[in-house]
Amino acid sequence: MLARLHQMLIKEFLQVFRDKRSRFLLIVPPIVQMLIFGYAATFEIRHVPIAVLDLDHSQESRELVARFTASRTFEVRARLEHHRQIAELIDRGEVILTVQLHPGFAQRLRKGQTAPVQVILDGTNSNTALIALGYVNRIADRFARDYQRDRLRRTAPLTVAQTPTVELERRPWFNPDLRSRWFFIPGIIGSLTLVMVVNLTAFSIVRERELGTLEQIMVTPIRRSEFILGKTLPYFLIGLADAALIALVGTLWFQVPFRGELWVLFLGTVLFLLSMLGVGLFISTISATQQQAMVTAFFFLMPAITISGFGSPISSMPEALQYISYADPLRYFLVVLRGVYLKGVGLEVLWAQMAMMAVIGVTLLTISVLRFHKSLD
Amino acid sequence: MNQNASSVVVESLVKRFGDFTAVDHVSFETRRGEIFGFLGPNGAGKSTTIRMLCGLLQPTSGRAQVAGFDVARQPDAVRQRIGYMSQKFSLYNDLRVGENLRFFAGLYNVDSEVLSERIHWALEMAGLAGREAALTGTLASGWKQRLALGCAVLHRPPILFLDEPTSGVDPISRRQFWDLIHRMAAEGVTVFVTTHYMDEAEYCNRLALIHRGQLVALGTPTELKQRQMKGELLLVEAEPLARAIEVLSSAPGVLDAAVFGNALHLVVPQAAPAIPALRRYLEERGLRVARLEAIEPTLEDVFVSLTSGRAEPGPEGN
Ligand SMILES: Nc1ncnc2c1ncn2[C@@H]1O[C@H](COP(=O)(O)OP(=O)(O)O)[C@@H](O)[C@H]1O
Ligand SMILES: [Mg+2]
Repeated sequence: MLARLHQMLIKEFLQVFRDKRSRFLLIVPPIVQMLIFGYAATFEIRHVPIAVLDLDHSQESRELVARFTASRTFEVRARLEHHRQIAELIDRGEVILTVQLHPGFAQRLRKGQTAPVQVILDGTNSNTALIALGYVNRIADRFARDYQRDRLRRTAPLTVAQTPTVELERRPWFNPDLRSRWFFIPGIIGSLTLVMVVNLTAFSIVRERELGTLEQIMVTPIRRSEFILGKTLPYFLIGLADAALIALVGTLWFQVPFRGELWVLFLGTVLFLLSMLGVGLFISTISATQQQAMVTAFFFLMPAITISGFGSPISSMPEALQYISYADPLRYFLVVLRGVYLKGVGLEVLWAQMAMMAVIGVTLLTISVLRFHKSLD
Repeated sequence: MNQNASSVVVESLVKRFGDFTAVDHVSFETRRGEIFGFLGPNGAGKSTTIRMLCGLLQPTSGRAQVAGFDVARQPDAVRQRIGYMSQKFSLYNDLRVGENLRFFAGLYNVDSEVLSERIHWALEMAGLAGREAALTGTLASGWKQRLALGCAVLHRPPILFLDEPTSGVDPISRRQFWDLIHRMAAEGVTVFVTTHYMDEAEYCNRLALIHRGQLVALGTPTELKQRQMKGELLLVEAEPLARAIEVLSSAPGVLDAAVFGNALHLVVPQAAPAIPALRRYLEERGLRVARLEAIEPTLEDVFVSLTSGRAEPGPEGN
C-alpha cells in the first residue's frame, strides 16, 4: 500500500516541479492575484467625477460648491453654464453625478425657506451611485446645519447653545475605520485557494485520462484508494502552501490584522481543502477531456464564489440562493477566515462552520471515490 | 509455469457500445509461449477485445479467462499477471527514462532486491542503457515503443498484451521490436498482439482474423493461406485497370476479383486452365494484358476473400 502510494507521490511531485512553467504557475499568479484583487476589491469610492451647475452665483451657492471641491470623495471635473450640458457628460461617462443649484438658492435660504439642490446621477453602477448619493447628502446636510447655526448666532446668540441635536456615535467593532479591504482580503484568500485547488485536482486526473497514461496505470495492480490518494495528497499539500502564501501577502502587505489563533485557521483551511479536493475529484470523474473539465470547473467556481458571501451578504440574496449557499464550502470558510482574522474568535464560535466543511468534504470525497472506477467504461 | 497460468481463454465474448456491437461473439484460446496475432483493419474491434482481456472494459456478455482468472470478476488478480502496452504511447513524456521504469516497477511491487537488475535488463533490451536521464518525450518513436515494452514486463508477467505496438514506428525498429517479441515468447511468455499490418501478421504463430467485431478465421499463417482460399490465385495486370475489373468481375469462372496496387488478384477454381481462357476473354474485349500468372496467396488475399462476402453495408468504424 505505502510503497505504491509512495511511487505515485514521487511521480506527481516530479511532474509538478520539473516543469519551470508549472513551478511558476504555482507561485507567481496567486501572489499577483492577491495583490490585484486586494487593491481592486473595495466598496470605498474616491475621486468620483462630478460636475457642478451653479445658476445662483451667490455667496451661499459658492460656499456649497466649495464643499464639494474640498471633498476627497468627489472631484469637480466641470463647472457648467447650462443644464443642457448635463446629459452629454453623463452619457459619455465623464461624470457620474451633477449638482445643480437653481437661481434663488441663496434668497430662499435667507428667507428661511427650503432651498432645493438638484442631483442627477448615473445609476448604471447602482452601488457606486448609492454611496455617492450618501456623500452628497452628508455634504448638503452639514452645509444646512452650519448655515442654520450661523444664522442663529447672528440673530439670537443665546439660543445657539440650547438647540437640541442628536449626534450619532459610531463605534464599529473589529474594523474601526470600516475599511472594506479588511473585509475583502480574507474573502480573496478563500476564493483564490478555491480556484487553485479545484483546478489542480480536476486537471491532474483528466490530463492523464486524455493523454492515455491513465489507461496504463489502470492495468497495474494499484488500488483505487492508492491512486486517488496519490492524485490528491500532492495537491492538498500544494494547496496548503499556496493558501499560506496568499494569506501571508494579505496579512503583511495589506496589513489586515490577524487577531485569532493560527491553528484555528489551519484547521479551517485543512477542512476547506478537503471539500475542494472532493469537488476537483468529482469534476475529474465526469470529464473526459481537459476542455470539459475546464468548463465544468468554471460552472462550479463562479457561483461558488458569488453565493458565498464574498461580496454581498448572503442575507440579501433570494431565499432559494441562500439555501443553495448552505452547500457551498466557501461560505463556511469565509466565516472562519473573517472570524479568525478580524474578530479573533476560535472554535467556540466557529465549530459549526468547521463541522459543515468536514461533512461536505467527506461526502464529496466519498461520492467521487465511489464514482471513480479502474475501468474505461 | 503451468498451462493455465499463461493462457487466455475467450468464450463468446461480446462488447456493445449502445446498440453498436464492437466485439461480436469472439471465441479462441491461446497456448503458452505462443505469439497470438489479432489481425484486422481499423475499427475491427481489436483494441476493444484487448481492453476487455486486461480488465479495462467490462464485457457485455461472454466469458474471458486470463492466467486462470475471470477478467470481469477478478480483474486485480489478472492485472498482477499481465503486461499491457496500449495502442497510444502512454508512459510519462515529462519523466526521465529511469523515472518511468522505477515508477511502473513500484506500481507492480517489483522486489527491491531484483529492482535494479530488472531495470538494467529493460534498459538493455530497449537499447537505452546509459540514457536513463533522458526525458522520455525526447526519444524517437522506436525507442519509446521499446521502453514501453520494458515498462510492461518489469514484473515478468506470463502473459503480454500488445495493442498495435509497432504503429508509427520505422521499419528497422519494427523488425527489432518483433525480435524482442520472439525472444520473450521463447522464454515461455504468451504474447497477444494486435496489428493491422498484414506483413507483420506473418511473424505470429497463430492468427485470428477479425472483421467488424467478428472472428472470421483462425489458424497459423500457412494454414490460413492454404485452407481459407476458396480456389487458386491469379495476378492480372491489364490496361485500363478500371475496365479490367469491371470485365473480370462478371467473367465466367472468376470467384472473386480485388484490386491490389496497380494489379488485380483473381480467385479461380483452378489456375492452369483459367490463364489462357481469361487472356483471350480480356483481349476480345480490347484490353491489353501485361501480366497474367498464378501467385501464392498472401494474408491480405485471404482476408479479402474471407470478408468480401460479408461486406454488408453499414457504418464503418474508425
Ligand atoms: N468507448 C467507445 N464507445 C463507443 N464506441 C467505441 C468505443 N470504443 C470503441 N468504439 C468503437 O468500436 C469499434 C472498434 O474499435 P476498436 O476496438 O478500437 O477497433 P480497432 O482497435 O480494431 O481499430 C470502432 O468502431 C469504435 O468506434
Ligand atoms: Mg485499436
